[in-house]
Amino acid sequence: MAVRYLGAEVQRMEDPRLLTGHGRYVDDITMEGMLHAAFLRAPMAHAKIRSIDPSRALALPGVHRVITHADLGAKYSHRMNQLYPAPVIEQNKTQYPLAKDEVCYVGEAVAVVVADSRAIAEDALALIDVDYEALPAVVNIMTALEDDAPLAHADTTSNLMGKMRSSFGDIEDSFAKADHVFSAAFMQHRGGCHSMETRGVIARDDPWGDGLTLWTSAQSPYLIRRALATWLDESEERVRVIAPDVGGGFGPKAGFYPEEVAISLAARIMKRPVKWIEDRREHFISTTTQRDQHWDLEVACTAEGKILGLRGTVTHENGAYIPYGILLPNSSLTPLPGAYSIPAIDVGVDIIFTNTVPNSPVRGAGRPCGIYAVERMVQVVSRELGIDPAEVRRRNYVRADQMPYETGAKLRGGAPCIYDSGDYEALLEKVLDLSDYHSFKERQAAARAEGRYLGIGVSSCIEDTGMGPYEGTTVRVESSGKVAVRTGAASQGQGHQTMISMLVAENLGVKPEDILFESADTAKFSHGIGTIGSRVAANVGPSAHDAASQVREKALKLAAEVLEASEADLDIEDGVVRVNGAPDLSITLGELAVQLTPMSAMRVPTGFDPVLEATSFDGSSGSPIACGSNVAEVEVDPGTGEVKVLRYSVAHDCGVMINPMVVHGQIVGGVVHGIGNALFERMIYDDQGQPLTMNYGEYLLPLASEMPRVDVTHMETPSPLNSLGVKGAGEGGTIPAAAAVVAAIENALTEFGVEIDYYPVDPQYLTELIDAGSAQAAE
Amino acid sequence: MADTRDIEMTVNGESHAANVETRTSLGDFLRHGLGLTGTHMGCEHGVCGACTVMVDGEAVRSCLMLAVQANGHEVTTVEGLAEDDGTMSALQEAFWKHHGLQCGFCTPGMLTSLTAFLRDNPDPSERDVREAISGNICRCTGYQGIVDAALDVAKTMQKGS
Repeated sequence: MAVRYLGAEVQRMEDPRLLTGHGRYVDDITMEGMLHAAFLRAPMAHAKIRSIDPSRALALPGVHRVITHADLGAKYSHRMNQLYPAPVIEQNKTQYPLAKDEVCYVGEAVAVVVADSRAIAEDALALIDVDYEALPAVVNIMTALEDDAPLAHADTTSNLMGKMRSSFGDIEDSFAKADHVFSAAFMQHRGGCHSMETRGVIARDDPWGDGLTLWTSAQSPYLIRRALATWLDESEERVRVIAPDVGGGFGPKAGFYPEEVAISLAARIMKRPVKWIEDRREHFISTTTQRDQHWDLEVACTAEGKILGLRGTVTHENGAYIPYGILLPNSSLTPLPGAYSIPAIDVGVDIIFTNTVPNSPVRGAGRPCGIYAVERMVQVVSRELGIDPAEVRRRNYVRADQMPYETGAKLRGGAPCIYDSGDYEALLEKVLDLSDYHSFKERQAAARAEGRYLGIGVSSCIEDTGMGPYEGTTVRVESSGKVAVRTGAASQGQGHQTMISMLVAENLGVKPEDILFESADTAKFSHGIGTIGSRVAANVGPSAHDAASQVREKALKLAAEVLEASEADLDIEDGVVRVNGAPDLSITLGELAVQLTPMSAMRVPTGFDPVLEATSFDGSSGSPIACGSNVAEVEVDPGTGEVKVLRYSVAHDCGVMINPMVVHGQIVGGVVHGIGNALFERMIYDDQGQPLTMNYGEYLLPLASEMPRVDVTHMETPSPLNSLGVKGAGEGGTIPAAAAVVAAIENALTEFGVEIDYYPVDPQYLTELIDAGSAQAAE
Repeated sequence: MADTRDIEMTVNGESHAANVETRTSLGDFLRHGLGLTGTHMGCEHGVCGACTVMVDGEAVRSCLMLAVQANGHEVTTVEGLAEDDGTMSALQEAFWKHHGLQCGFCTPGMLTSLTAFLRDNPDPSERDVREAISGNICRCTGYQGIVDAALDVAKTMQKGS
C-alpha cells in the first residue's frame, strides 16, 4: 500500500537549501558581462517633462548609457499593456515603461542608467538634469470628483476611472419592510507589499540563440511572458521568463512592471545582460500598493437583527494608472454578503485616479475590505440592537443546509458566486470555545477592576479561492527512476515543492526525495496562470494528483506485460512495481521508463505511447469558498491609545488540508498581516502627493514583539469542486483580521462611546476618539 | 576615483584579503565580493535585519557596517552556521521542524540573530525571544514558528546542560 502523504505534516523540502544560505533569488544570480541598472524616478506627483539632459551622467566613468523614452524609438513608444481589460474601464490609463512627457506619481520611472556597478548607476542618477513643469496633483479620493479638483492626468476631464456595481435581490423592498435601518461610513486603508525581498530583474537578450530571457521576482511568469511578448510584438516562444526563489509576493509581484520592459530593452540595446534590483525606497514608491477605500453603507434589519439588505457606495483609490485591471474594486464587491444570507444588496463603486503609486491587490485583494464592510455593519446591528455580536452572526449565517448557496453576486468573469460547502455557525462555535469567549466578560470585569481596558471582537469571513482555469502539472519518470515534476506555478514561500511532491509521491508510489521539482520557468512547462487569489492548491493539487495517477496507470499496465502478471496484483512502492504474493517479481519505474524511451532501432512496446509521463490540467470546476471565524482580544490604554493584541483565535475551514503545517503557517502569517493593517501599516502622502513614509521607521510593519500568539483550529469541509476537496488558504488569515481587531478596540472602549471609522487605528487617532467620547460624556 | 582600501577578514573560518571601495557595505562585500549570497539585503537602512551576520560573535547589520570596518575581524554568515560536514545546527533544524520560514528571505538574519541571542541567553522566555527578534522583520510567518523554534532549541540546550 502506498504511503499516505495527503494530510500529513511533512517538513518542507525547500527548507534545508534556504536554511543554509543556498537559496537563489534574483540578486544572487550573476552572469558574464552583466551590467547594472538604476532608475531615475519622478520627484513630484504630477508634472510635465520639458527636457532631459543626461550629459553629466554620461561623463561619469563606468556609466554606459542613459536611456529615456525618446531613446527607445518608434517601435517601443507605446504604453504598457492592460493586463485585464474590462468594459467598466472608461479611461484606460497605463504608463509608459519610461515616462514620455508627463509624470503622474512620485516614483514613476523617467530614465534608466546602465553602468558597470549598481553604485555607479545610482551615482549617475543625481547627474541627470530633468526640467519639470509642476502640475497640480490630486490625492484625496473624497474630493477628487469635485469640479475644481486637480486632474491626475493632464489630458482628461475627470478623475473617474470607471464605475461598477454589485446588485441583486429587491433592495427597495428589503428596506421598506425593515424594522430598522442603520448607517455607517468608514475609510479603510491597506498598505503595500513589503515582501522582504524587493523586486528585481535580470534580462539577457540573445537574438541568435535563446531569445530574450528574464529572471524576475514575480508571481506570474507566464503573464509576464505574454505581456512582454505582446508589448514587444514578438513571439512568446522567443521570450522566456523565470521566477527563481522569490522572497515573498503578497500580490504586488503578480503584475507586469515598467521595469521589466525597460530592463529587457536595456539588455537589447547594450547587447549584454542587465540587472536591476529595487531598493527599499523604490519599493515604497514604485511597487504597486493598495490604499484608501471609503465605504458609506446602510443596513436594513428586523427587530431581531436579521439583516434584510445592504446598500451604499464605495470610493476606491486606484492610484495614477491601471496596471492590473479592476481586480481590486471587483474583489471588494464579490465577497458581499460575506458569510451571511442577505437577500438584497446594492453597492456601487467609483474608481478614482490619484497622483499616487498605482494600485494592485495586496494579500486578500479587495476581500479584506469587502469583508470588513459587512462585518462592520453586523457590528452596527449588534450594537444598536444590544444583541451579542456572536448571536447576531448566528441569526444571519448562510446555514450548512443551504449549501450550495448562490449569493446573487458575480465572480470575476461573470459566473455566479456560489458558496460550495461549509458550516459557518459550527466554525463560529469552535472559535468561541478556542478563545474562551464565553468567560470573557469575567476577564474584562476583573481587568477593569485593576483599571485595565480589555475588549473582544468577533469576525467571520468567506473567501472565494482557487479561481480557474487551471494550473497544470507534468510528471515524468526518467531512466534513473527519479521523477521530474514540473508546473508553471511560481512559489513565493508557500511550499509548492513540498505540497506537489507529497501528492505525486503518494499517487505514483515513489519517495518524495526522488522527485526533481521545477516550477515557474516558461521554457520548462507550456502554460501557467499565476500564484494569486489562493488558487494554487485548488488547481495544481488536482493536476499533480491526476498526472501522477495517469503515470501510475501507464506504469502498471506496462509492468503487467513485462512481469506477466495481472494489473490488479501489482503495487508500486518506493519506485518499485511488485507482484503481490510474489516478492521476487519486480521492476523499477526507471526500468519501465527506459522501455518507453528507447534509443535508435529499438521499439516502444506495442500499445504504449512513448515516455513514462503525463500532463494534467485538472483543477477546480468553480471557486471553492473557504471560510473562517476569528476572535481578537485586546487591551487598550486610554491614556496613550496603545493597543495590545493579547490573544488571537482562528477557526478556519479550507476543505481538505494537503499539509496542515503549511496551512497553519499561511493562516498565522495572514493574521499578522491583517493585524498590521488594523494597527500599523499606513502609506501617507501629503496633499501634493509627496510620500511621507518611505522607510521602516516611518511605515510600521508588525514585529514579533507586538504580535500575539495566534491559536488556530480547523474544520475540513471538503469542496465538491475538485478531486481533492481542497480550498485555498493563502489569504483567509488576513481577510477577517482587521474587523476583529477594530471590533475588539471598540468593545474595550465602550464606556467612551468610541466608534472607529478608520484603520489603521494608530494611537493618535484613538486618543482623539477617546477624548471626544470623554468630552461628550461630560456634557 | 573611488577611494579603496586593502582589507583582510575571516569569514566562516576562511581568511580573505581584498581591495574594496570604502563605501562598500559589509553585506555587499560578502554577497558580491565573496559570493556568499546567503546574506540578504532587505531594507538597506538597518531596520529589517535580513542582512544580519555575526562579527566576532555579535549580531550586526551588514548593511550598516562598512566592509573596511570589518578589517581584521571574524565574520560568520548563514553559510557558516552548519557543521563542516553540512549537518545543520540545532537552530536550523528547529526552524525546519517548526515551519519557521516560508519565503526564506529573512531567514539568514533570523538565524544569525538568534544564534547569538541563544548563546548569551540560554533560558529565554517567549517574551525574551520576541524582543530578541524585534529587529528582524518577517512578512510571511507571523513569527510564531520562529519563536517556537528558538524556544525548542533553548529547551533542548537546558536539558543537555
